[in-house]
Amino acid sequence: MRIAIVDVSTTRAAVIREGLAALDDCEIFIVTEHRGLVARIGEIAPDIVLIDLGNPSRDVLEEYFVVSRALDRPIAMFVDESDEESIGASVDAGVSAYVVDGLAPHRIRPLLDLAVRRFQAFARLQSDLAEAKGKLAERDAIDRAKRILMDQRRLTEPEAYAELRRTAMNQGRRIAEIAEALITAHMLLTNTHPEHGK
Amino acid sequence: MTSSLTIGFLPLVDACLPILAREHGFAEEEGLSLTLVRDMSWATVLDRLLYGHTDAAHMVAPLAISTSLGQGLGRGRPAQALAVPFVLGLNGNAITMRPELAHRIGEPGRLGDPSRVGAALRVVALERLAAGNPLRFGVVHRHSSHNCMLRYWLAACGIRPDRDVEITTVAPPFCADALELGEVDAICVGEPWNSVAVEAGAGEIVLATAQIWRRGVEKVLALREPLLADRRDQIEALIRALIKAGRHFVDPRNWDDNATILARPEYLDGSSMLIKRAISDRLLLARGGSLVDFPDFMFQYREAANFPWVSQAEWLYTQMVRWDGLAFDADDARKVAQVFRPDVYRSALIGTSEPLPGASSKVEGSIFQTTTVGTQQGAMTLESNRFFDGGVFDPLDPQGYLARLG
Repeated sequence: MRIAIVDVSTTRAAVIREGLAALDDCEIFIVTEHRGLVARIGEIAPDIVLIDLGNPSRDVLEEYFVVSRALDRPIAMFVDESDEESIGASVDAGVSAYVVDGLAPHRIRPLLDLAVRRFQAFARLQSDLAEAKGKLAERDAIDRAKRILMDQRRLTEPEAYAELRRTAMNQGRRIAEIAEALITAHMLLTNTHPEHGK
Repeated sequence: MTSSLTIGFLPLVDACLPILAREHGFAEEEGLSLTLVRDMSWATVLDRLLYGHTDAAHMVAPLAISTSLGQGLGRGRPAQALAVPFVLGLNGNAITMRPELAHRIGEPGRLGDPSRVGAALRVVALERLAAGNPLRFGVVHRHSSHNCMLRYWLAACGIRPDRDVEITTVAPPFCADALELGEVDAICVGEPWNSVAVEAGAGEIVLATAQIWRRGVEKVLALREPLLADRRDQIEALIRALIKAGRHFVDPRNWDDNATILARPEYLDGSSMLIKRAISDRLLLARGGSLVDFPDFMFQYREAANFPWVSQAEWLYTQMVRWDGLAFDADDARKVAQVFRPDVYRSALIGTSEPLPGASSKVEGSIFQTTTVGTQQGAMTLESNRFFDGGVFDPLDPQGYLARLG
């Protein structure tokens, strides 16, 4: 089967490709550029097209599938009426599938399930990444707050950290929040830009 | 008690009413908490509606109709009855052409006369056809009001769509780009995308769709019919909130504020200056020109603009029959007439000061001058609703109308 993955995110397309590579007898094409999309799909002549729901070109693609006489076999959105739940799951995951006429649902189902799982995996990856970035920023703030306390109050590093922790516990807030507040206050009092505090 | 409703939308100026109903507290006053979901294609707005991610959606009117019939681009998607109890606005689109084409056929510095521009366009279209390089138009969706209006205008000017010129779908964010690259010669799209193309120097606005049909139905509030039955009270509350948003939207004192809200990243993520042009019906037609005032460019409130006239749904159906190569089908026509729900609009607004038309259908294009019509509380004044060529659509005779259009 020839599968086209239309996705503006090259990373996500690669993640899906990797997932689908496990399937036998599949040739996978990735299209990331919206310019010339329809011509490219025409060249690929796919059996299945996967496209993310956020792609602005979905309407262009749907019109092409319905109207174009260039295609030998008509393509329609894959909606398996016997299993609406799994189509709902693919919408939830943010992917839609179009298949050529005559392709049996039992051939498409495992593929679509795999694609859905890869989409979900990618979404998790992104939120992990955002979380990791947040953690790094927090650690940076705590280091800077410690440095301010060490300079201003002549504390050692463990003492500065203990002070931050004590304040956080007393106020029922996170250490990172106390650190942010301290940095902001220090900036206001010394009239420095955050970047200068480093 | 507060009920929650989730509404899908595309980042266009005419998504304004649900956004402003939320931002100005009109929904809250009606006991509703609105969540808005922004998408980038009508296909996705539709899928979220059909699979229950959203309760209602901002939608191009013809798409609500084709989805209910399960035809055309709904292919693959099973037919699902949608209900339209509220029209989010009339018109608000424009036709923007590559500058050299605009200079050749348009009337610089003003919106041209649709018949004269059409006659000049016909000459170019036939030249290009003979040269084997037919003019290409971009519309935002096959089942959009844009496509219906553009085709109506072209055909009435003796330019046969699909034979003399090509019409293709272009995603709104890529319209300016497509003009610039010459992938299309003209686009018919909503705001702010015409103005974006003008700012980029990629195109010039030649006509507003309101010049083609002065009171043409544009976006609607669409929901699944079973949801309307289940949550009727909430939907009626939503209609009252949207009406208040409409009244706020058309008041010049609010234009700056509303443009700023709509421009925010979670809504249109665009320029408040360009958005304000559409809101205030003042457009920059070409880079370096001055703003041109075209009253009723967008029409979101007056004259019961939000009333879902059944005759407007029926007009759209005739255009689908005309251009999708379908045979007129009496059963389909009946289904279409059930999509628009003036009964829900009336029961939501009874007891308010909003005019409630006594009839559910009217002869479209029949009002050539200011006319007074009956409402449940008295009378309402309607201005011209004419088609540019004087065509008249009588909903009692859709087949005769189609035969006359040829």
